[in-house]
Amino acid sequence: MAKYYTKEHEWVELDGATGTVGISEHAAHELGDITFVELPKIGKAVKQFDTLAGIESVKAASDIYAPVSGKVVAVNDALDAAPELVNESAEEKGWVCRLEGVDAGELAALMDAAAYQQFLKGLE
Amino acid sequence: MKLIYELSVSGRSGVRIPVSDVPKAAPLPQSLRRAEPAALPEVAELDLVRHFTGLSRRNYSVDTNFYPLGSCTMKYNAKVMENAGSLFADSHPVLALLPGGPEKVQGPLSLIHGLEQQLAEITGMDEVTTQPLAGAHGEMTGIMVIAAYHKARGQNRRYVIVPDSSHGTNPASAAMAGYEIVTIPTAPYGDMDLDAFRAAMNDQVAAVMMTCPNTLGIFNPHIAEICEIAHQAGALVYYDGANLNAILGKVRPGDVGFDVIHVNLHKTFGTPHGGGGPGSGPVGVKSHLIPYLPTPRVVKGADGTFGVEAHPEGIGRVSDFFGNFAIMARAFAYITMLGREGLIEVSEQAVLNANYMMARLKEEYELPFDITCMHECVFSASRQLKDGVHAIDIAKYLIDRGFHPPTVYFPLNVKEAIMIEPTETESKQTMDSFIAVMLEAAEVARTRPEELHDAPVTTPVGRLDETRAARALQVCCEL
Repeated sequence: MAKYYTKEHEWVELDGATGTVGISEHAAHELGDITFVELPKIGKAVKQFDTLAGIESVKAASDIYAPVSGKVVAVNDALDAAPELVNESAEEKGWVCRLEGVDAGELAALMDAAAYQQFLKGLE
Repeated sequence: MKLIYELSVSGRSGVRIPVSDVPKAAPLPQSLRRAEPAALPEVAELDLVRHFTGLSRRNYSVDTNFYPLGSCTMKYNAKVMENAGSLFADSHPVLALLPGGPEKVQGPLSLIHGLEQQLAEITGMDEVTTQPLAGAHGEMTGIMVIAAYHKARGQNRRYVIVPDSSHGTNPASAAMAGYEIVTIPTAPYGDMDLDAFRAAMNDQVAAVMMTCPNTLGIFNPHIAEICEIAHQAGALVYYDGANLNAILGKVRPGDVGFDVIHVNLHKTFGTPHGGGGPGSGPVGVKSHLIPYLPTPRVVKGADGTFGVEAHPEGIGRVSDFFGNFAIMARAFAYITMLGREGLIEVSEQAVLNANYMMARLKEEYELPFDITCMHECVFSASRQLKDGVHAIDIAKYLIDRGFHPPTVYFPLNVKEAIMIEPTETESKQTMDSFIAVMLEAAEVARTRPEELHDAPVTTPVGRLDETRAARALQVCCEL
């Protein structure tokens, strides 16, 4: 499955009705050295674009928004000890959590990789 | 420089504690005692004095040099205000709350009442409470007043709207008061996107929190319209007074349509900011919100004397007594001494200084919102970034050249932000020497960028590893 992106720089990758969520390489680079990821609680239900988690870097503390609605079924515990994983591998090892019960229809409100790259160009 | 613990010599002391003539009590049970005595530093008085005097000489303050920390209004406060603060040291705050007490503290009560009236006049509000102990505490109080207002009208509204350029305390205060936050992005003209704002407004919105001028130092030309849109939906509009310094005597938020305001005495009104605190964040409201102000209130009787009255419909107490009284005394002295003309000069000079800074620096530094600014201006180090130089590198270089850096990486909606607020108390000569160093930093960035990466080199410690400090936090001191 391909990744889909929000304007707030989160990504989601669907596997059936389960979506893995993280922040984009671009966001990780912009934030600078990540010092803390506030992981969501397992079982937390979120609506699309609601606040899902928090992330802190030496520059700023930011919210991570849910790219799709769903219920948190897993979190990336490795980020507790090694938040730098987000800098090193934002879109692979630095994933934040998994959401269950995702409606693929919500992807329509997101951008695919090509559209996101185009969107980033517009930000420069 | 050594730590005070490293200066410790066993048995050395600065004082001789008299032998106790009180019979010894039974010793603490073993379970409550520590296994070993605490390793407190043992030093003579002279060691102690030299240690702390040495530390103080490494301090940087507005008393030693220019402090252009954007958003913070690090102005110089004349020492005479400190005297005003100490005049009332003998007056105990509880006296005003005792039966028959108020007649013995007419001076302090008239000062509280007088300051409330001064602040109401300056901000265009109807009444003011001095209780909140800081700006963010004022925000919290203001939002609780707003919540009480809606509740009294049988409405249970859920949302508070903040622009993305707002101070982080705005959403935090509203969230602590139980509201959900709706963030509105900044439009290309540098302020809250009006269309997005209109779309977010509905009958579930309790309040809109605005900082005006905003964190970019820009006065929002749509502010009256924003107030109108909010009021039409039954929402109230909150004015964050953090940047009031820019508009003293020019615009009264109450006249524009704001319902609630907090002011930072410790920024705008001549009292210390930063480590020198404490703060004070009085809250002013329009008449429809007066019933919900915190209790008690200082009131003036028909005979001209002052009393203290309970305010039963209010949100309760938000601090002990009436707030940070010694800070209020300083602010009262500041406002009274400057008067109407003086306060107008404060804002005019603050704005003139910021615009001078902006005009001189924009040749070398990117100015994302190139319009006349108010009391501060926000640059971006984006041009320097092309040579691998970040805002933080320029900030560290300024330390080497004797200046406190401006605020960097804030506001968040400007990449590589450098936010400069000279304040009204700085001379052209001081600003010129700062500008010269900023221009020099731009030159170094172009020609020898690596020098900036090494800065600072003149300080007791060089570039600190902020990432490691945050990731491997050690705040425990083993005694």
